[in-house]
Formats: sequence, C-alpha cells, structure tokens
Amino acid sequence: MLDPAGEATRAAAARLGVDGVRRLRIGKAIELEVEAADAATARSQIELLSDRLLANPVIEDWTLEMIEASGEQSA
Amino acid sequence: MSAARTIGIVVFPGSNCDRDVRWALEGCLGLSTRFLWHEESDLAGLDAVVIPGGFSYGDYLRCGAIARFAPVLEVVRAFADAGGPVLGICNGFQVLTEMGLLPGALTRNARLHFLCEPSSLTVHPGRSEWLQGYGEGDSIVLPIAHGEGRYQCDPDQLASLEANGQVVLRYAANPNGSVGDVAGLSNPAGNVLGLMPHPERACDPCTGGIDGRRLLASLLG
Repeated sequence: MLDPAGEATRAAAARLGVDGVRRLRIGKAIELEVEAADAATARSQIELLSDRLLANPVIEDWTLEMIEASGEQSA
Repeated sequence: MSAARTIGIVVFPGSNCDRDVRWALEGCLGLSTRFLWHEESDLAGLDAVVIPGGFSYGDYLRCGAIARFAPVLEVVRAFADAGGPVLGICNGFQVLTEMGLLPGALTRNARLHFLCEPSSLTVHPGRSEWLQGYGEGDSIVLPIAHGEGRYQCDPDQLASLEANGQVVLRYAANPNGSVGDVAGLSNPAGNVLGLMPHPERACDPCTGGIDGRRLLASLLG
C-alpha cells in the first residue's frame, strides 16, 4: 500500500543528511484503557474495536500490544 | 403528474456541501428536499437520499469512519438494500465505502495535496440509475475538491468491479493516484453511486459548467 506521507518524510530524512533510510511508514498508535473481567475478554473487545472501528482492514493493518495493569496499583 | 419528488440530504456535524446539494436539487431542478440530521431515523416519504461532501465528524480517525455508526445511516442502509437510490458525493463516497455499501477505500492523494480543480471524466453509465442521462464514453468536466480521494482496492477486487461494469466514472487524467482511474463506483444493482467529483457544483450556469446536471436530473424520474 502506497504511503505518500511516509515517502515524503523519507525524502526529508535524506535532505537532513540521514542516508540509508530504506523504508519509512507512518501510521497511528491508539491507546485504550479497558476494564474487563479478564485478559481474554479485554483482548476480544479490543480486537472487535480494531477490526470494525479503529482500523479499516481494506487499507490498514493493525497489531495489538496488551499491557496488563496491576489491580492493586494506581497510576 | 405526481407531486414533486422529495430527496433526503444527510447532514452530519461537519458536512459542508449539504446546502449546495439543496440548491442544485431545488433551485436548479425544482425538486423538494429534506435535511436528515445524523440522529434521525425516519426516511418516510423520501424518493432518494444524498450523502453530501464535507468533513463528517471532523474526519476524525478516518474519513467516514465515525459517520458509519450514525443512526441515520442504519436506515439509509436498509433504504439502499431495498433498492432506494443513494448517492454519496466526496465525503459521502468515503462514508459509503466505510459502510460497506461500496467496496474499497479512499486514501490520501498520491502527492499529498488537497486538490481543488476541474476534472475531466469519462462516463460509463452501465446499470447505474444515476447516470442514464449520459452516453457510454461521454466526456464531462466536474469539480473535484478532496485530500483523500485516492481509490484503493486489491487487484482482484478491481478486476471484478471492471468486469461487472461498476467503474462508472473514470478520471481522464488521474489526479490523485486512484487505482484504475476510478472516480466513481456503482453497486451491482445500480441504485447506489459514490463519486469523488461534485456534480452539485456543476448544475448552475452562474458557477461554470453544468455537466453534473444530468446526473441529478435522474431524480426527476
């Protein structure tokens, strides 16, 4: 998939004098805090959101990274 | 003669071509219109629905991504499934792809610029109810005004769209990198049309050409 913003940024990196950037893609990171009974439930909820709302699978790939919050600690 | 036909015009927070569409339909063609606020769910008495251009919900997340969940679009989907004529212009086309009423997606223009210029197009009406006023291969000029108009789908999908005659509008000089020069798509049944160019801005002679008039005049029945 053509990423024109990534290509333009890669060209700017070369103008800054940083050669050798072979690939530069720009996407987005979305942070969610989810309350759920367990990690499996949280994962299935976020997978639904990612597939149906947060990303459009026709043009975007997504990966999910889960960080489990400790129940005892407050941020 | 039956009473004048009434066309629904969907209005999201951030729509900005809703009034242009109303002027084209009422002022230029003598049709009746009714604005449909995004929270409405009553399409009773409407003969067709237009989803106009603009920046629905600020284009947050992706163009059309939030709009897809608007209550009014649930009833528009049912209206389209029952054969009702639905037209999506610019942001409206983006919304139709996010809803899945048309396949593929509209992405950032290949050279990143927002394009606001006249665009030469070739019409392939096929089964599109909206384009029966044009002949196969007609050349027309309509304005384009978009930053995310690069149509994308996978090669198999494009081949299938072309084989089905669903690529009903093509750019003569591709301005944005769309695959297959796609400027407008029809659903297989022909009642749903999505296009990036703005036919409603090409209806009144005082703003330039009137090549869009025959498209909207299809609503005169």
